Amino acid sequence: MSPTEMPVSDSMAGSEPDHGVAVTLFDLHRSYGPIRALDGLTLDIAPGEFVALLGPSGCGKTTVLRVLAGLEDADSGRVEVGGKDITSVPTNARDMGMVFQAYSLFPHMTVRQNVEFGLRLRRIPSTRRRTRVSEMLDLVELSDHADRYAHQLSGGQQQRVALARALAIQPQVLLLDEPLSALDAKVRVQLRDEIRRIQLEVGTTTLFVTHDQEEALAVADRVGVMRAGNLEQLASPHDLYARPATPFVADFVGLTNRLRATVDRERANLLGTSVPLLPGSVQRGAALVLIRPESIAVTPDPDGRATVVTASFLGATGSLYAVTESGETVMAQIDNDAVATFNPGDKVSLVPRPNPALAVAAYADVSLVAPD
Amino acid sequence: MGALLGVLPFLAYTTIFLMIPTLIVVVGAFVDGKGRPTLGNLSALAQPQIVSAFMNSVLLSAVTAVLGAVFGALLAYALSTAREGGPLRRMITSVCGVLAQFGGVTLAFAFMATVGAQGFLTLWLQKVGINLAGSTWLYEPNKGLMLVYTYFQIPLMLIVFLPAVEGLKPQWREAAESLGGSTWDYWRHVGGPILAPSFIGAMLLLFTNAFSAYATAAALISQGSPLITLQIGGTLSSELILGQENVGKAMALGMVAIVAVVMTLYVVLERRTSRWLAR
Amino acid sequence: MKLRAARRRKQTIFRRVVVGLIGLFFALPLLGMVEFTTRAPGGGRTLQTWATLFNFASIDANYPELKTGIQASAGLVLLTVAIMLVMLVPTMTWVRLRVPGMRRLVEFICLLPLTIPAIVLVVGLAPIYAWVAYFLGESSLWLSFAYVVLVLPYAYRALDAGLSVIDVKTLAEAARSLGAGWPTVMWRIILPNVRTAVLSASFLSVALVLGEFTIANLFSRENLQVAINQLGKRDDSVATAAALAALILAFIVLFAMSFVGAARGSHRPEEN
Repeated sequence: MSPTEMPVSDSMAGSEPDHGVAVTLFDLHRSYGPIRALDGLTLDIAPGEFVALLGPSGCGKTTVLRVLAGLEDADSGRVEVGGKDITSVPTNARDMGMVFQAYSLFPHMTVRQNVEFGLRLRRIPSTRRRTRVSEMLDLVELSDHADRYAHQLSGGQQQRVALARALAIQPQVLLLDEPLSALDAKVRVQLRDEIRRIQLEVGTTTLFVTHDQEEALAVADRVGVMRAGNLEQLASPHDLYARPATPFVADFVGLTNRLRATVDRERANLLGTSVPLLPGSVQRGAALVLIRPESIAVTPDPDGRATVVTASFLGATGSLYAVTESGETVMAQIDNDAVATFNPGDKVSLVPRPNPALAVAAYADVSLVAPD
Repeated sequence: MGALLGVLPFLAYTTIFLMIPTLIVVVGAFVDGKGRPTLGNLSALAQPQIVSAFMNSVLLSAVTAVLGAVFGALLAYALSTAREGGPLRRMITSVCGVLAQFGGVTLAFAFMATVGAQGFLTLWLQKVGINLAGSTWLYEPNKGLMLVYTYFQIPLMLIVFLPAVEGLKPQWREAAESLGGSTWDYWRHVGGPILAPSFIGAMLLLFTNAFSAYATAAALISQGSPLITLQIGGTLSSELILGQENVGKAMALGMVAIVAVVMTLYVVLERRTSRWLAR
Repeated sequence: MKLRAARRRKQTIFRRVVVGLIGLFFALPLLGMVEFTTRAPGGGRTLQTWATLFNFASIDANYPELKTGIQASAGLVLLTVAIMLVMLVPTMTWVRLRVPGMRRLVEFICLLPLTIPAIVLVVGLAPIYAWVAYFLGESSLWLSFAYVVLVLPYAYRALDAGLSVIDVKTLAEAARSLGAGWPTVMWRIILPNVRTAVLSASFLSVALVLGEFTIANLFSRENLQVAINQLGKRDDSVATAAALAALILAFIVLFAMSFVGAARGSHRPEEN
């Protein structure tokens, strides 16, 4: 089906949102020589859902996106969109909008010309094109810049235009390949919220790739953590954070302490108390427990068994590093106004809160947990 | 003030060996043999053999610029699809680096050895019935010489244009595709327009290159001076008619004027594209 | 099913065909030179011409103009590169560090030779060289003064690119704050960091000097190309062989240069 035959509805972006289409990636394999970029990856995205793929460099997340877009071939496996098998369909017939990490915009065209490019290819008559382009520019709040060129815009503005251009054609799926990675920190935070807002308004099924876990947790309906070509866990941001399925996920998402403990009767014993275990933990013996900094309570205690190393003010919160009697360094979260009350050398007592934690075998290859 | 002294040696050197010679040409074009101002040199440019020399040079340069640009661009695109830093690219870029500087003497000899009176292609074609040995086609500016000139035009085009082709970001192609564009759509709406200024700019550079060439024609053509560069060379070595001593300088000035116009256009085009293709 | 792979295959075929055809076009005259210089009197091949060329004793005796030309060009290469480096590297560094306002002017001057054809330069240089001959004699070596001018645009571009990559200002300031004097900064801090650019500029100069004919010929001096041209009138076989040899030498020089530059490989985007 050529792009000119594809239907573009008249619905305005601000009104009743489309419900998007379901996307299924089934058992995808892709190797580059000895490197396995995709190793049997299967992923289902519900209509209108925003899924983020998260993982370190080389885990295959961008490959997933590109296979879905048709920019890469999978060695085997199936890609289905809206129930139709599109594995053999070329990129230009897949009706997907894509935003790249950098160099998204055509440099020789104005913002307006960029946004209307897809519409021009579909032979949309110029009046309808004009209306659509204005809608899109309003959506991303760049109507004043319609006649500027890419090099006259900031990085954040360029990505907003890229988003408008991708959405102008009312794609079935929206694909975002690390769109914020090349931007300044503050712009990144602003823009990720805008992307989410727009996606909710328009209702397009979206796949978002990033290596920044804060970003993924902040915007997605579900987050898939990937490693070595496959999904380690696919869950809501909350579940991913509070109930990691594997040590890799626990360490990759958020900050984690790895503290020595002994496991016995579904509890881990450490720091003078015990905590319940998450599914997937080892059941007995020597172990390392993965505990979040905010799950450790710190109280000044002259008889305490830990010694403060540093206390840092982080703005909204503070962090404290202490060394236990057994020589382990523990990172704990403290109130920002408590930071001043701790000095290096003070004695404190560290008590883990009763939240469930993941325990791994003590002599497990710690490098598997996540590279530092 | 002391800082400016650091630039003095450079300025002094270039003044003596670049600026003053240029001035000598520019001023000398308006001065006669005795040093008196005159427009006689300029009017002498209207002589038929000089006019035809200019025209021959312009025609030769224009045709070889277009030929070199088209084939060089094809080669550049083909090469851009090869692995970067790979052996093919490195070899071809080096070969072109040499051929672009292919001194006139070497090139002339190469062509004489191939299609000259005793050239192997000539002998070979004689067997098939085509006799090149009798004709002077090789030495004519609008036949053989054009062929010879493309020999350094195509490599120069590759060297100048390859960076522009490499400057096409893969994301632009992928974006065009994801928005529904075919290969043709991409080249027509994106790739082509982006490369057009660089292409034309490179073609202008090729024009200048051919227009300024002397050595190749000098080595091949032993009789007559059908090109303007040869005419100028002639004024340096032959006996000069009284009152015509500085016609050579006028001719040189004419050349500089033409080249300056072309190069200005080139710079303007380059500025435009460097914004687009900048990292 | 494999759409991308199909496209890559098409590209490879296109590339091979284009490079092949154009390569053939370029190979022909070079083959012609090889063929011409290996002709035996009664048909068949011989390496006699090449043996003669590389027999240095015979060159000395039978082809003195070639020997003079080679010697002259060797000297010209060294002198041109030396003058170019000594003049350009300190000046360009100095401009970046202390007189940035002059950058435009220096750039303009260096790129000016692109606009002035060599033949025009010759016309203007004739009186200058009369003075040079008066003070320094008639040696072909003094052609290098003109050659440096010819080389300026290419050398400037190469050196400018190299200086842009390193932060000259910061390096110099750091060195100065540690107590280095300007000569030390130039010699021990800046120069080692622009090695690639310096080599690149030098190699380009070598290629240009070896191929130069116009100025040498019109000033009636000796150099390699002039010698080959003269020799061609007498013994076209040896002359052609010499021309081909010079070409191959220039190629080797530039090929070597491409490896020097390759040390700074480009950053490949990570495979995700």
